[in-house]
Amino acid sequence: MSEDVLLRARGLTKRFGDFTAVDGIDVEVRRGEAFGFLGPNGAGKSSTMRMVGCVSPVTEGELRILGMDPASDGPAIRARLGVCPQRDILDEDLTVEENLWVYGRFFGLTRHEVRERADDLLEFAQLTDRRHDRVEPLSGGMKRRLTIARSLMNTPEVLLLDEPTTGLDPQARHVLWDRLFRLKREGVTLIVTTHYMDEAEQLCDRLVVMDHGRIVAEGSPRALIAEHSTREVLELRFDPDEQERHVDAVSGVGERLEVLPDRLLVYADDGDTALAEVHARGVEPLSSLVRRSSLEDVFLHLTGRTLVD
Amino acid sequence: MPAATGQLSEVTPSGRLGAGPRRPLSVAERLGAVVAHHLTVYRRTWKGSIIGRFLSPLFFLLSMGLGLGTLVDDSAGGVDGIPYLQYVVPGIVAVQAMWLAFGESTYAVFGYIRWNQMYAAMLATPLRVTEVLGGHLTVIAFHLGVATTIFIAVAALFGSFTSWWVLLAVPVGVLTGMAFAAPTFALAATLESDNGFSLLYRFVVTPLMLFSGIFFPIDQLPLLLQPVAWVTPLWHGVELCRDAATGTPPGWAGLGHLAVLVLYIGVGWLLAHRAFRKRLVS
Repeated sequence: MSEDVLLRARGLTKRFGDFTAVDGIDVEVRRGEAFGFLGPNGAGKSSTMRMVGCVSPVTEGELRILGMDPASDGPAIRARLGVCPQRDILDEDLTVEENLWVYGRFFGLTRHEVRERADDLLEFAQLTDRRHDRVEPLSGGMKRRLTIARSLMNTPEVLLLDEPTTGLDPQARHVLWDRLFRLKREGVTLIVTTHYMDEAEQLCDRLVVMDHGRIVAEGSPRALIAEHSTREVLELRFDPDEQERHVDAVSGVGERLEVLPDRLLVYADDGDTALAEVHARGVEPLSSLVRRSSLEDVFLHLTGRTLVD
Repeated sequence: MPAATGQLSEVTPSGRLGAGPRRPLSVAERLGAVVAHHLTVYRRTWKGSIIGRFLSPLFFLLSMGLGLGTLVDDSAGGVDGIPYLQYVVPGIVAVQAMWLAFGESTYAVFGYIRWNQMYAAMLATPLRVTEVLGGHLTVIAFHLGVATTIFIAVAALFGSFTSWWVLLAVPVGVLTGMAFAAPTFALAATLESDNGFSLLYRFVVTPLMLFSGIFFPIDQLPLLLQPVAWVTPLWHGVELCRDAATGTPPGWAGLGHLAVLVLYIGVGWLLAHRAFRKRLVS
């Protein structure tokens, strides 16, 4: 196994009783990469992350993290991982800096190291002026940044982020993405799960699209879009009761047509030309929009469903 | 300064920062880290625990030992020839340990699993279930030791004890509390909702307090109820405390009492360990 492959999974499977959460996936993540698991809720992303975080035994298949086997080397692997769970698990009774201190002790850092790391990370998480405050009244974005700061106490080589920006407002999300870019630039390998396509596009060099515990596509965001979608998408909205009547008239325009409950999506390399053709066929939508293709379209094409219901 | 890579400490580095394999933690370091966490939290929240821990047992001492005691002593000459205060207070030593144990191992443990998921945060680090569980139980043993010592010191001011052997009631209080805490950890990790705890208080904690020979000898109980005292930990703790308080050598019966307490702790530990694994690392 190459030194640069930090995570390797072969036929990785997780079953809970009769339910198969992760169904034989193959994944490889290299040092310094930002790697994403994209998929809707219940696709098996979190189960995969728990196995990678060495807190959930592998049912079947092979998993190696930093060249080690989680079944036998869990503590040694976890000593080099940072884990940022989906929910902010913080001690609300403690202050911001106390949360970092007690967590650093779990890794066996000395008192001196704990203080030093906490000072650096408070700066990094833009929480220095809140360090003496209790955690409970902090905003969602601040708690998230504190959780990430805490997961960095042990200078991890790999940072696992489970749905890092779910529940945050747009501004807080951008602040967080900026922090994650910095980490990546410093050489930390990021492994991210998300059901937001914009997050996957922003953060990930490479990603896999998961559905029902399986990997349905793999590549860079750009390559996935090029492979599974067209350059542009024309969105047409009609009166909901009348949409069905227009499906036949519109079909054949562009390369492909997707029918969603509230709109029609026409996949075409040139959206404006497609719109002109729709008009030429005598179809008058209530509104129309030409946009670039996104990972959402890739997912829709691969699974016939949207990511966020 | 880079946040992720940081700078290694110049003062005796731990060997647990920076790229590459990290120096493993000893069991003592792991337990110490968990204990340090709980004590840090307690330093912030101790005020709320004062009433339950110190005032309730004191109220029982005042009302039962002194209030009811006067009546008992006047009409019956105490229990088995000893003044009621000296009869009942050793029992209160044991029961306050049970209260503390339930107070610390029901909602607190359930919350660490479900609400703030602190155990999960610990298990994302090099810590393992054994240390997460063992560290938390160690902290409860420590609390039991401190609370029992304080209560005994205060009760001694009222003349509740006749022998210095009463100091042995401190470890007995710890064992009695742990005999309840360990199995309750297992229960807390198994329950799907916290509703079970109110049943526990209603049908276990209160009856045990009444039927474990604290306020009157268990041979005064209906025959059917006596086995309840035999097979649960509290009565055994009460008997041992009472022997210590009067300086009576407990003999073989004492060994039996001790064995029951240790058995509850041992089986409770195994059940709790299994329940924690099932809940937290599945």
